[in-house]
Order: sequence, then structure tokens, then C-alpha cells
Amino acid sequence: METFDLKVDDVRALNKAIHQSANGRSFAVEHPGGKHSLAVGVNASLDVEINGHAGYYAAGMNQGGRITIHGNAGVGVAENMMSGIVHVTGDASQSAGATAHGGLLVIDGNASARCGISMKGVDIVVGGNIGHMSAFMAQAGRLVVCGDAGEALGDSIYEARIYVKGKVASLGADCVAKEMREEHLAELAGLLHAAGRDGDPADFTRYGSARTLYNFHVDNSSAY
Amino acid sequence: MCGIAALQLRNPQLRPKMGSLLSTMLCEIVDRGPDSAGLAVYDNPELNTLGKSTLSLLGADLEISSADIDALLAELLPEGATSEVRIVGDTTLVSAEVATEDLAGAVARAYPEAVVAGRGERVTVMKSVGHPVEVAERHGLEGMYGSQAVSHTRMATESAVTAGGSHPFSVANDLCLVHNGSFSNHASVRRELKRLGVEFDSENDTEVGARYVAHRLQQGDDLETALVNLGKVLDGFYTLVVTTADSMAVVRDPIACKPAIIAETDDWVAMASEFRALAELPGIENARIFEPEPGRVYTWSL
Amino acid sequence: MTLTAPDHTQAVPALAAPSLAELGLRESATFDRATIADIQRAAETGIYDIRGWGAKRKVPHFDDLLFLGASMSRYPLEGYREKCGTDVVLGGRYASKPLRLETPVTIAGMSFGALSANAKEALGRGASAVGTSTTTGDGGMTPEERGQSKHLVYQYLPSRYGMNPDDLRKADAIEVVLGQGAKPGGGGMLLGQKITERVAGMRTLPIGIDQRSACRHPDWTGPDDLEIKIAELREITDWEKPIYVKIGASRPYYDTALAVKSGADVVVLDGMQGGTAATQQVFIENVGIPTLAAIPQAVQALQELGMHRKVQLIVSGGIRTGADVAKAMALGADAVAIGTAALIALGDNNPRYAAEYAKLGSAAGFYDDFQDGRDPAGISTQDPELSARLDPVAGGRRIANYLRVLTMEAQTIARACGKAHLHNLEPEDLVALTIESAAMARVPLAGTSWVPGATGTGF
Repeated sequence: METFDLKVDDVRALNKAIHQSANGRSFAVEHPGGKHSLAVGVNASLDVEINGHAGYYAAGMNQGGRITIHGNAGVGVAENMMSGIVHVTGDASQSAGATAHGGLLVIDGNASARCGISMKGVDIVVGGNIGHMSAFMAQAGRLVVCGDAGEALGDSIYEARIYVKGKVASLGADCVAKEMREEHLAELAGLLHAAGRDGDPADFTRYGSARTLYNFHVDNSSAY
Repeated sequence: MCGIAALQLRNPQLRPKMGSLLSTMLCEIVDRGPDSAGLAVYDNPELNTLGKSTLSLLGADLEISSADIDALLAELLPEGATSEVRIVGDTTLVSAEVATEDLAGAVARAYPEAVVAGRGERVTVMKSVGHPVEVAERHGLEGMYGSQAVSHTRMATESAVTAGGSHPFSVANDLCLVHNGSFSNHASVRRELKRLGVEFDSENDTEVGARYVAHRLQQGDDLETALVNLGKVLDGFYTLVVTTADSMAVVRDPIACKPAIIAETDDWVAMASEFRALAELPGIENARIFEPEPGRVYTWSL
Repeated sequence: MTLTAPDHTQAVPALAAPSLAELGLRESATFDRATIADIQRAAETGIYDIRGWGAKRKVPHFDDLLFLGASMSRYPLEGYREKCGTDVVLGGRYASKPLRLETPVTIAGMSFGALSANAKEALGRGASAVGTSTTTGDGGMTPEERGQSKHLVYQYLPSRYGMNPDDLRKADAIEVVLGQGAKPGGGGMLLGQKITERVAGMRTLPIGIDQRSACRHPDWTGPDDLEIKIAELREITDWEKPIYVKIGASRPYYDTALAVKSGADVVVLDGMQGGTAATQQVFIENVGIPTLAAIPQAVQALQELGMHRKVQLIVSGGIRTGADVAKAMALGADAVAIGTAALIALGDNNPRYAAEYAKLGSAAGFYDDFQDGRDPAGISTQDPELSARLDPVAGGRRIANYLRVLTMEAQTIARACGKAHLHNLEPEDLVALTIESAAMARVPLAGTSWVPGATGTGF
């Protein structure tokens, strides 16, 4: 375990050390103090424990790392993640998991606006609520929300799947509730398990694309 | 485009530490706007006295003489009273036991170049160009007492980097407004306010927001209603913090792209652009921390 | 050349049909035939017109400027003998590995998806042959493109299609795209015909759907957030890569200043004539300002910040000739980027495909329906048969030839102005032919000292 104390060490040294590390190493980050770009560009199977709140883009573009933020995460946590696991024990700010292609993002608390915006294959499990415009233009992957969802959920969604247990303030254009078939119950059970959460998949509702905006039709022009 | 840090101290025992707490917050938002900075501090006994109007004027080299102002206020000043001129950092403070409008009128007649950055009985506004930490140091923020305070670091978007263009904008008694974002129809709102007789000091879009709020308050809105009305009139992206003599409000536009985070304990409520500005506040580990929802007005009173 | 006297024994051609004017018909300037066609098309389809090729309306441009060659008061350089440097370093402000190009003419960002794989490869080959850079587009980096490009700039766009850290690390520079000249403030569009299996796979989209790209980045807005985003990209790539910020010209004075304050190494400024990709015609023709008007504003911002030549300025939007290159540089650009001109060099709108353009309801010189994916020249298409018409090796040679000509032409002008390096061209080497261009370019009207709008000049 290599420790970086950000009261003394700078973020650049932390990231450089992580980039030069082989699989299996582990890092602890003390006094993160909301600093930005913590543990970005991880490119190995290694562990990073951030002991406190992180600023913007923590764990950005993670590839294979297991990164835990013991606290809140700022804007764009795990943005464009490719693989690996990012776990936020507190809340996440806007655009959590934005454009992420793969891996698993677990947020124990709430996520604010634009959670999973343009997601491209990542799995996101949020223990609490999510804010407005979440899963906007979501292309692929799964977004699980154990609490409530804000306005315009899944606007212009493509092939991503959304599971919400609580209330949905409103659905965005082309996003509709869908039947929970066996494969969806199984998929959701797997995601909840992976995120270390209890809960009955049958309590959730699935949302996805009505696919009416996939090719332009004049009757849908108000949705553009 | 900017950084904001605002703090309201409910627990009077914390108020002697206002300056040091706000300094710490300010240091963390400097990156968001290193061009210039502004501070507003409420209820500091060395700066403001209840029953006395105080004007905060931009610049320390105005060479204002109390006698010039007294001559113009002769009819209005109480028996034996005089105005007082003090220099704090890059700011000149002029105080007198007259209505703020009368004091402002006298200063404007005697020193037409002077720009009023703050006014009221309870607030002092200090604004300057240069690195925000140096601006704060020059004004002695660290040791200041206060009940509420707002700091702002600015990355100028479409107006010049000047002290006058810095936030907060204080355009009515004890009212301050700071902004992160960019209003997209401020020119039209400015024209409409001008038509109604409102005068402007700068080309800054934020001043339009401040003038609009002051205008609505004058029309009888309470702070919350004024901000709801602002949301109906001003378009674009904004996170605003507005303070009055005894309250603080936060509002974001309905799209809510510009960051804002609020932390609240029994002792204080704080708002900042980023968490790192809140990280050192006493009791932060047990604070209720949340992001303000889009289009919703949050207010707290002292 | 042999001249032959005209043969008067041939029959005189029949008289042309009477012109519309001779028939007493008068076309409306307001409702001209193109406008009538647009209205009719809108009424029939219910959707705005989408096309490529940038603004077609006439705007003040480099053609309205002339150079003041040396004669008595200044000394010209001997062409072909006395050296006139063309090299440029891009991104030395913060990047540990700045780009070192041999010519300041670069290839602008155009996506694989919008363009065929062969076209992208040809651009890479051509650029590499002359030591300049090429740029990816919205949709990710292809191995062909990376393999054939010596200097490859990787675009970071709102959609983040195909964005991944491996390619980020493979790139030679990163270009954060805020906007394009054709559509400052607008998002992207790629219609279903071009979303083939490979394009769809790269973008994580269903095959054959109409792809819409966002106009704002998903995880930042404004310069204060951009500064944090740029820092993240630098951290991920260990501060090696130059980071460009590309803006569509609308308020270039402010946008350039803010790009610099946000930490950009290079500012890319795209005027309204730029834009190969498809977008709404109403956007292309009505939003943004001409390249000519944009450059002096951006340069002023750089100069006021003390960053001119330290943060480099790349200008695009209507660059066609070496004269355009030289004029852009004289106005203060460090380099230029070509898009439409590069496609034309590859064979776009070539008269050899006249019959096929006619079948598509267009003509050589007019074809702009790049979104349809039916480009006879095999460039703006994903159709395998059409794509195969473009030989990437031969196409690469054409691009290299064209880039060399642009460079040599710019050198020719620079030498005539007495400059041993293109970077020493300056606004004082230019005059304007029209009042409009003088005002926009901030150079005097030819033969006068009058710069309209400037204070302290004039008669």
C-alpha cells in the first residue's frame, strides 16, 4: 500500500505513480479535500482508496482499477470509464458516469443531475435518488436507481436500460416504462448483487427507448 | 464564469472567525476565476455601524475629504455629526448618519468618478482586480468578524476585467448578488430596466441580475419571490447567491449546469461552487451536504 | 500549343432559346429560385434542409485582401534559393511533447463515419508525406488513420463517440471541440444511411439510426469547468500532449481569451465558411462570422494576454490557396487547417462523376449532400462500392501534392514580402479591396491609410 497525503503530495505525483504501476498494487489517498482529477487514467488492475471527498472527474477514464471514494464525489465521477469498479460511499455530483463505456459505478448515496448522460455500456447502481436529465442520450449499459428519479429521465435514450425502484418525476422524450421479463429480473438481481445491495428486483420498473426517434418522422418533430 | 463561496453563521460564537473561515473557502475557488475578486461582509463592527449608512467605494486613492461631503449634507446630518472616510485595502468607506441615498447623492456630487460598490448599514463590499488571495489579504479578510459573507472569484466572460465588473453587485441597501454562469438575454432586460428608470454602473450581465432583484424587491417582492421572477425573465445559465440584511438565498437555473453545493449545520449554512471550498468548515463531517435542485429558490435567515 | 483558324464552313449553331429576361420575366431577389425550392422542399418534407460544405453565401474573405510586395523600400527574397521557413511548433505552452510540423497547413477534423475509411487513410498519408497533422472527428480513431498519420490530433467532442483512454494516449495532441464554424452552438448529425455496422460499433449505436450529437459537453460547461477538464486530460496523459481548444467563430475575442485562461496550448478558430459535415442549412448560413472577421479579434485577445505566438492560433474556414494561407498568417494565425479543400483535392465534386451527380439531383461543383452517404467520389460515404473508388495511396499523393502547393504558394508570397519565415508576415503587409474587408481584417483600404472602425486613422 502506497500512501499519498494530498496535504503534502500533489495530484500529479499521485497520478503518475498510479500510471507507472503494475497490476495488484494498491494506493491510499489521504486528505483529498475535494481536489480534482484524483486517480484518473488508471490503466491496470489495482486498488485506490480515496479517504475523503473528491472533486471533479475522480477515477476518470478508469480501465481496470478498483477505486473507492470514502465520501462524496464531484462532477463527472468515473467519466468515460472503460472497465473496473468505482465505488462512492457518499453522494455524487452531476454527470456521474458520463459517457462511460464499461465497468461498474456504485454510488451509495444520491447522484445529482445528468447521472449516466450519454452512457455507452457502463453499469451504474445508485443507492439513493438521481437528479434531472439522467441517462440523457444513454446509448448502452444499465442504470439502477434504488430511490427516485428526477425530471426527464432517459430523454432521447438509445439502447440503455434503466431500472427505478422509487418514483420518476417525469420521463424524457422517447423513454417509456417497459415490462419486467425474467431476463430483466435476473439482470437486475445480478447488478444489485454486484453493487452489494439487497432488494427485490420485482419492486423495480424498467424503462427504455420507445425507439420512435431513431429515424426522423415529421410527426415527432416537437421532440427534437 | 467564476467561483463562489458564501457563509452564513447562525451561531454568534463563530462570528469572530468569519474572516478566517471565508479566507479558507476563497483559497479553494481561486482557480475558477483568478482575474479579480470581491468580498461582502455583514455586521462587522469595525466596518459598519447600525444607524449609520456606509458606502463602499472602489479604489483607495480617491482622496475623498469628509469636509466636502459634510458641506453637501449640512442640512441632513444630526447636530455635531460628521461623515467619516476610511481606507480598507483597495476600498474607500464613507459613512454618515443619513439615509444611504442622501450619502450616495452627496458623494456623487462631490466625486462624480467614485463608483459605489456597496451600500447599507450592515454590509461592506470590497472588490479589486488581481489574484483573489491577494485581494483578500489587502483587505484584511482573515481577521474579520461577520454574520454573513460572500466571496467571489471571477473569470471575466464578456466584459472587462475591472474592479467594477467584479462581484458582488450591491445595488440596494444591504443587498448583494454574485453569479456563476452567463445570462443570455441580459441586454434586453437591461433595456427594459433602463426604460423603468434604473441606472447601471457596468456592462456586466450580473449587474442586470442584481438590478432586477433590487427592482423587484422595491416593487414589494420578498427575496424568494424576486428570485422566482428573475427565473421567468432572465434566460441562460446561472447559479446565484443573494444576501440581504438578514438572509441568504441560492438559486440555479432550470438546466443547472453550473456547479453549486450547499452544506448546512445548526451553526452555519455555506454554499460554494465546489466541495473543496467547504472541506475545512468546522463540523463539515456531520453537515447536511446537497446540491440545490434546478429552478428552486433556497433561503435562510439569520 | 498549336493555334488553328476557325473553320467557317461548319454550320452556325442554332440560336439559343430566348433568355428569361428577353421574355420579360424577372426573378425576385427576395424569392429567388433557390429560395422557392427551399420553401417547397420544407412544405413537402416537414424537416429543415441538411447539407454539408459550409456557408455558400458570399461573405468578405481573403480574396478581398492583397499583399504589398517588396520593391524599393523593402527587399524581396530570391525564390527557390533563399530560405523561407515554414515549420511551426504547436503546443509548447504546457505540453512536454509539442507538435513540430514542417508546414503550417494542417488537416481539419473530419470523422470516420462522415468520411470513408479510405478517405481518412488518404488524408493521413498525404499529411504525413509533408510533415503535417491530421485530425480525427466525432466517432473515434481508426487504426488505419492512426497507422497512416505521423501527427494525429484526437478530437474530444460532446458525444464522446469512440472516446477511450488508449487512443487518447496514442494521440499526438488532443483537441477539445466546443464548436465548429458551420454551427457554433449546434450539435452534430449523422443520418442512418451512414451508420453502418462498423460506424455503429465504434459509436455504440444501433445500426442505421439517425445519430444526433449533443451541443454541449456532458460533464462541463463554461471556462471555469473547462479548466478542470483540461487538467484532467493532462493528468491522464501525464502532461505530454498539447491540448487544443476549437471554437466556432462567433465571439472570438472573448472565446479565445477564455480558452487561454482555461489552459489551452492551442486555439483552433473555425470561421463560418468552414464545415464539411452535414448540419441544418439554416444554421450554416445564418450563425457565426466570416473567417476574415474572426482572426483579428482572436489575435487581439492573444496579444492583450501576452500569449500571441505562445498559445498558437490555427485558423480554418475557407482556406483554398497558398495566398489564403499567407493572408491568415499575416493576420496573426500560426497555422491553418483545411477541410473542404482537402476533400476537393481528394476528388470531391470532380466533373468526372458528372453523370452520377446528375442522378442524385446535383451537379459537379454543387454536390453537398454529404449526409446521404451516396458520394460518387467515394469520400463522404460508408458504401463499400463507392468507397472503393477512392484509392487511399493515390488519394494520399493528391493530398500531399496539394499541401505542397499551398506551402510553396505561401512561401512565394512571403519571399516577395521580404520574409525568411512565414511567421514574419504581418498585418502591415496587407491592404484591403473593400471597405467591408478593411473593417473586418483591420487593414487599410488599398491606397489609403483608412481602417474603417479603427480610432486614430483616416483622413
